[in-house]
Amino acid sequence: MKPSHYQAPLMTAKGRSEPFLRIDAVVKDFGEARAVDQVSLDIARGEIFALLGASGCGKTTLLRMLAGFETPSAGRIVLNGQDLSGLPPYAHPINMMFQSYALFPHLTVWDNIAFGLRRDGLPKAQVSERVEAMLKLVQLQGFAKRRPHQLSGGQQQRVALARSLAKRPQLLLLDEPLGALDKKLREQTQSELLAIIGEVGVTCVMVTHDQEEAMTMATRIAVMGQGRVLQVGAPQDIYETPGSRYVADFIGHVNLMEGHVAEDAPDHVIVQCHDCTHRVGHGITGTLGMPVSVALRPEKIMLSHRPTEAQVNALQGVLESQAYFGSYTVCLLKLASGARLKVSLSNTRRHAEEPFRKGQTVWAHWADDAQVVLTQ
Amino acid sequence: MKPGSITSLVARWWPWRGRHLVIGLPYAWLLLFFLAPFGVVLSFSLSQMGSIRPDSLIRYVDGALQLTLRGSNFSNLLSDGLYLNAYASSLRLAFITTMGCLLLGYPFAYFMARAKPVHQPILLMLVMAPFWTSFLLRVYAWKLLLGEGGWLGALLQGAGLDAPLLWLGLIEAPGKYMHTPFSLMLGMLYSYLPFMILPLYAALSKMDLRLIEAAYDLGATPWQTFWRITVPLSRGGIAAGCMLVFIPAVGEFVIPELLGGPRTLMIGKVLWEEFFSNNDWPMACAVAVLLLAIIMLPLAWFNRVQDREASA
Repeated sequence: MKPSHYQAPLMTAKGRSEPFLRIDAVVKDFGEARAVDQVSLDIARGEIFALLGASGCGKTTLLRMLAGFETPSAGRIVLNGQDLSGLPPYAHPINMMFQSYALFPHLTVWDNIAFGLRRDGLPKAQVSERVEAMLKLVQLQGFAKRRPHQLSGGQQQRVALARSLAKRPQLLLLDEPLGALDKKLREQTQSELLAIIGEVGVTCVMVTHDQEEAMTMATRIAVMGQGRVLQVGAPQDIYETPGSRYVADFIGHVNLMEGHVAEDAPDHVIVQCHDCTHRVGHGITGTLGMPVSVALRPEKIMLSHRPTEAQVNALQGVLESQAYFGSYTVCLLKLASGARLKVSLSNTRRHAEEPFRKGQTVWAHWADDAQVVLTQ
Repeated sequence: MKPGSITSLVARWWPWRGRHLVIGLPYAWLLLFFLAPFGVVLSFSLSQMGSIRPDSLIRYVDGALQLTLRGSNFSNLLSDGLYLNAYASSLRLAFITTMGCLLLGYPFAYFMARAKPVHQPILLMLVMAPFWTSFLLRVYAWKLLLGEGGWLGALLQGAGLDAPLLWLGLIEAPGKYMHTPFSLMLGMLYSYLPFMILPLYAALSKMDLRLIEAAYDLGATPWQTFWRITVPLSRGGIAAGCMLVFIPAVGEFVIPELLGGPRTLMIGKVLWEEFFSNNDWPMACAVAVLLLAIIMLPLAWFNRVQDREASA
């Protein structure tokens, strides 16, 4: 029995003064290949922290190191003051909800949830009490005697969650928690999952390649690429203030325009690009003439039939194609330089008074706080 | 009827017929060459020496169909200690062989299934390599290895294995390994081991390794994980391997004959002698029928395991 496993997690503490989980300069090499490269992260108690990245970016390797399935080649992982390096996975006070759940097919729902409790040699009555509580938590009381294959995908996911929470882990790892569900089921399952995690108050680290999943579930996101952490921040920070071209391009849709700084004032900068002149309403740390990229999200652009009088933050293009998504329409404009500009229009009315037609010349403009100037 | 509907009718009937043909042929084969001969064997077993004729069981007498069944062969079988002993020693040998193969084969299959994917085909080929040589030749080879002047025998003696083997009663005199329970067991294990390893390997290699990780994650030690997850999930392979070893081992005739001691009396040997020495075909058939009945028991168990597997 490992008593550390049974410390009740603090439900309310959200203090960020001391990190609950500290990942300190962790490196993982597989032979010649470096999967995780000098990753350092501090995660506070009660957070839902998402590792987001394309496949092969090292996020899963990092999660597996937290679970103890891989040992870091260098660096330390400290959870609540306990150094986890060198501990085998079964001694980690951490539980994981596996991708596509990894439920034991030969055991019933009840036995699946009881598995971890029994391994700790808990008395029968306590095991039974805890399993019942878990079944109630995930609302599967009537399903105790079923086998995993007799459950729907959503129910299997809840069993997996109950199994990983049964031992009151200090840290819950979620590997693509909604990846195995179809789109319609996802939204409902996601809110259920969040409600249960909130009720238990457990600190979570999740891995996902799905940015929507990360944005809607996580309190903070670490965007990873090529084994490194590229940016850490709240979902809104990551989306609205991406720190690099890669992050801007990875999260959501973006128009990236190359240019150079033409005017550098404390309260604004002018960036001259091929197709337009950007006036950005805040100062940047840069020098005159330095090459930069301007990131502009499609939904921050307005489109009109008539030319605007503005000299900056406006351009002219030919409407090349339109894609209707129901709540919004994405228009693709062909610009004078041959570049394309993506514009997302919110369909606030059922029928537009003056719809845009393919092949038509249109004018786009945007506010001076819509862009982000990227130097890397 | 329009021609179009006729072609569609043909199109609908053809696959149906094709399927029945494919399923029907093996069934017809089994019916003709297994069930019918078995009926003959069964009817022989219920008749007596010297009265084996098609009409010996069913006769038309005085306008009534008369069925004559003689259970005397079976009552002889069950009352004669010779037969019962032969059955018992065959079952015992088959059981020990099965357990031995399982104990040796499981770790082997386990590490084979967990070996690097590039090494697995080589290991698999090594398991199957003995099949490239004649079975009889391989059993005979043990005579040279263990017999007088055989280098393996000398090695065993040099390693001081005589004392434990004597203590276990597997050999009777130091340095004499041939025609002992020891050489018999060695030959049985050697011959049947691949039949245990192959189904175990198949079951273990298709196992989802994330289940092992999930067990570790929930605090199970490697040992607990093995007994709680790996073994139950390879149940189908264990059952298949045990069947593949046990069933032929019960009727095994060649290995006890070549490697066993003079006193090892196996049911296969009894069967042979009833047929070809005593020429008592009804008795021989009764021996065969009872043997089949005994083998049906583990088969029924195997089917139950498979059903449970399918519903799991």
